Amino acid sequence: MTVMHGTSERRAGARRARVLMKGNEAIAEAAIQAGCDAYFGYPITPQAELLEWMARRMPELGRTFVQAESELAAINMALGAGATGARVMVSSSSPGISLMAEGMSYMAGSEIPVVLVNVMRGGPGLGSIQPSQSDYFQAVKGHGHGDYRTPVLAPASISEAVDLVAHAFELAERYRTPVFILADGTLGQAMEPVELRFRTPERRANDWALTGADGRPPRVVKSLDLLPENLERHNLALQAKFQEIARREVRWAGQQLEDAEFAIVAYGTAARVARTAVARGRSRGIKVGLFRPITLWPFPERELARLAARLRGILVVELSAGQMVEDVRLAVEGRCPVAFHGRMGGMIPTPDEVVEVLRSFQARVGRRARRKALLPLPAESKVEPPSGNGHGAVDRAGWAPVEPVEPSEPVLAGGHRRRLREVAR
Amino acid sequence: MSVATPPRAPASPRVIYQQPELLSETSTRYCPGCGHGIIHRLIAEVLGELGLGPRTIAVAPVGCAVFAYDYLLLDFVEAPHGRAPAVATGIRRVRPDNFVLMYQGDGDLAAIGTAEIVHAAARGERITGIFVNNGIYGMTGGQMAPTTLLGQRTTSSPTGREASLAGYPIRITEMLAQLPGTAYAARGTIIDPSSVGKTKAMIKRACQVQLEGTGFALVEILSNCPVGWGLTAQQSMDHIRAEVIPAYPLGVIIDRGKRAVAPTSGGEG
Amino acid sequence: MERSVIFAGFGGQGLLFAGQALARGALEDGLEVFWIPSYGPEMRGGTASCTVIVGDEPIGSPVVDRFDAAVAMNLPSLEKYGPRVASGGLLIVNASLVEETARRPDIDELHIACTELAGEAGDDKLVSVVALGALVGRLDWVTADAMEAALREIVGKKRSAALAADLAAFEVGLAVGRGERLEVAAASR
Repeated sequence: MTVMHGTSERRAGARRARVLMKGNEAIAEAAIQAGCDAYFGYPITPQAELLEWMARRMPELGRTFVQAESELAAINMALGAGATGARVMVSSSSPGISLMAEGMSYMAGSEIPVVLVNVMRGGPGLGSIQPSQSDYFQAVKGHGHGDYRTPVLAPASISEAVDLVAHAFELAERYRTPVFILADGTLGQAMEPVELRFRTPERRANDWALTGADGRPPRVVKSLDLLPENLERHNLALQAKFQEIARREVRWAGQQLEDAEFAIVAYGTAARVARTAVARGRSRGIKVGLFRPITLWPFPERELARLAARLRGILVVELSAGQMVEDVRLAVEGRCPVAFHGRMGGMIPTPDEVVEVLRSFQARVGRRARRKALLPLPAESKVEPPSGNGHGAVDRAGWAPVEPVEPSEPVLAGGHRRRLREVAR
Repeated sequence: MSVATPPRAPASPRVIYQQPELLSETSTRYCPGCGHGIIHRLIAEVLGELGLGPRTIAVAPVGCAVFAYDYLLLDFVEAPHGRAPAVATGIRRVRPDNFVLMYQGDGDLAAIGTAEIVHAAARGERITGIFVNNGIYGMTGGQMAPTTLLGQRTTSSPTGREASLAGYPIRITEMLAQLPGTAYAARGTIIDPSSVGKTKAMIKRACQVQLEGTGFALVEILSNCPVGWGLTAQQSMDHIRAEVIPAYPLGVIIDRGKRAVAPTSGGEG
Repeated sequence: MERSVIFAGFGGQGLLFAGQALARGALEDGLEVFWIPSYGPEMRGGTASCTVIVGDEPIGSPVVDRFDAAVAMNLPSLEKYGPRVASGGLLIVNASLVEETARRPDIDELHIACTELAGEAGDDKLVSVVALGALVGRLDWVTADAMEAALREIVGKKRSAALAADLAAFEVGLAVGRGERLEVAAASR
């Protein structure tokens, strides 16, 4: 076999300012370049390199690094530092993020900015250290106690993670809120070329931050208010802020959606698998595109709803038992069928696996469309008393009839459903 | 309500008593006879005398003293239960020129926040901690605390604390004094004017230790909870004298002076 | 066009290093690349592997259905990844430790005495660098020039003495991969 030496065309583009970086390290360096004043962490796989990078770099720059005694302490150190107006980041992986839930709630309530990176691993419990997306609910649906939301940014590549770190600090400070970066073990552990386009967001005037009551009245950063009227007012203000974030900060990316009949909706690592699956599906004649939410909260629901109206079906792919799919269904509101394919415990579906699911979904949607044409008009609905069998046709309020879930919905595809059946036995 | 705010002293040749500048006009919500008010006043006096008010960032606890920020005219952040030492660490590390004060109760410091207090002390954080030990969870209704005495009845030890069931009281200040990072640890009380004066001196020393930069400083103050204990204010003070002090001896446990943090031996507490 | 290779073997055989060198070579060539290791407790002495995906466009899926190439440095790796090489792909087997073959007439299977060749180059621990050289020599993914620059970049920074051995081991492997040397037991084809 002869070996071709490098062509000149290849070499021509070689000298872009790119470096090969591990995801964890790139996120850490991006935070440093974004002007992060303080980092607090605790070792946990698969994000330990992030902590290690900070341990080396932050003291070099005269900034704050503390390896805390626990994730509980780490998030509360961030709370203290953040309350002084410092630009603060913490990072961990799933079990450690659970420990940080308390602090996140306090910081959301006290309106203290912080960027929190979750390099997700398989759960529940100690689970595994392999990549997973099973913390979507945790990040998107609140995390700690109380009525609050946090912006959640989901990078699908290391370069994007670098961009989103700076953006996360901007959001955190603009809205005085914790912001999540939701990555996973793949992104943390992988190396990819990273374009050196670090950004340092501008500093805001922090007229709320604690610096010592020198020549001005004392300031208090807190979440407590025992008067219900006051606390409701505070909550309403928070909700107004969340609504503004939801209105202004949605981000998503699309691929080959213009003529698509089907879309795969996926984020992060699952979206990368989906991207390859889309290309492969196209080459096999399926008109499929990719819809990739970058902000998981606020979820790009209006955009997805508009898209769904022109699609024959949506396949949601996640490294979970199906979490984001709930938000997809809420956004789609029945405009088209929504199927799901997920792997758990550190497993990642392969592109061929996704294409296979897509093909069977396509076939099923086709059959359903033909069946639909033959369906009789629905009979007038009548309200039945609560059946109490847990599968009832009446909801908890005993009011509106609820369609029973169609059992043929591909909640888990192929091998998974088989495996579930085996487990069930 | 309990701490009577004395009127400002009339112009006279010698002021012997006046409201500290750092103590607000707000009436406290503490129960009649509660020691928190006295302790707040001592803090306000000491910080005022040392000129630290404008430099201070304080950490408010969870518990009865959660409203400390309403009574002390300082920049305050509220910490989750037990986490004040971690919160204070975060402030300390990014604001090296500020004075960092934290205020914790016994459930806060010696139960839920044990890890945080031990490690803040172990790191020798330049933080001054005020630790109010009244042997009870006052705010939640008088439940047993880690510091509750053996045999003491609380709402969660209705027949009295039994070692076989609930273990023994923790002398956590002595424990912390073992750590090389702890530069100063002392225990005072507020049961009479004399002990209030001594406790004030301890608080002052604990503040100076932070200014000297030698490490972590903690003053435990044996205080009362007349309502939680089911005693009158005076009875509660007598109870401290008769029962609590023998279990938690008063005095300076360690003062490493101006020596650096991390001496060669493990400590001399 | 994405092409993928897995380097697999024992921890300590330098597999993650070889994969990183390939990734950096691809970067030198202006290509897109993705490197992902197996991670966790097994990295301390058990089995170790890393996958490298090279392409002209940003890399999509981090997992592949079939590898275009596999480097199996021990028997468990051969057994695990031999069957996962795509038809027409390349399988490099460390003949110093493995006598078995993948029994895949549909792939290009190279058996290389990596330990002996690495020893010849000056350091018999550089088994994975020999295999890397063979991979680069056999396939036109990354140029030899770029690989040399990559090795200089990674190794030369810290240890200039080690660099000479790495470059020599790479050259030996490269020659084997190009068919210029005969220490190859072609198991099939």
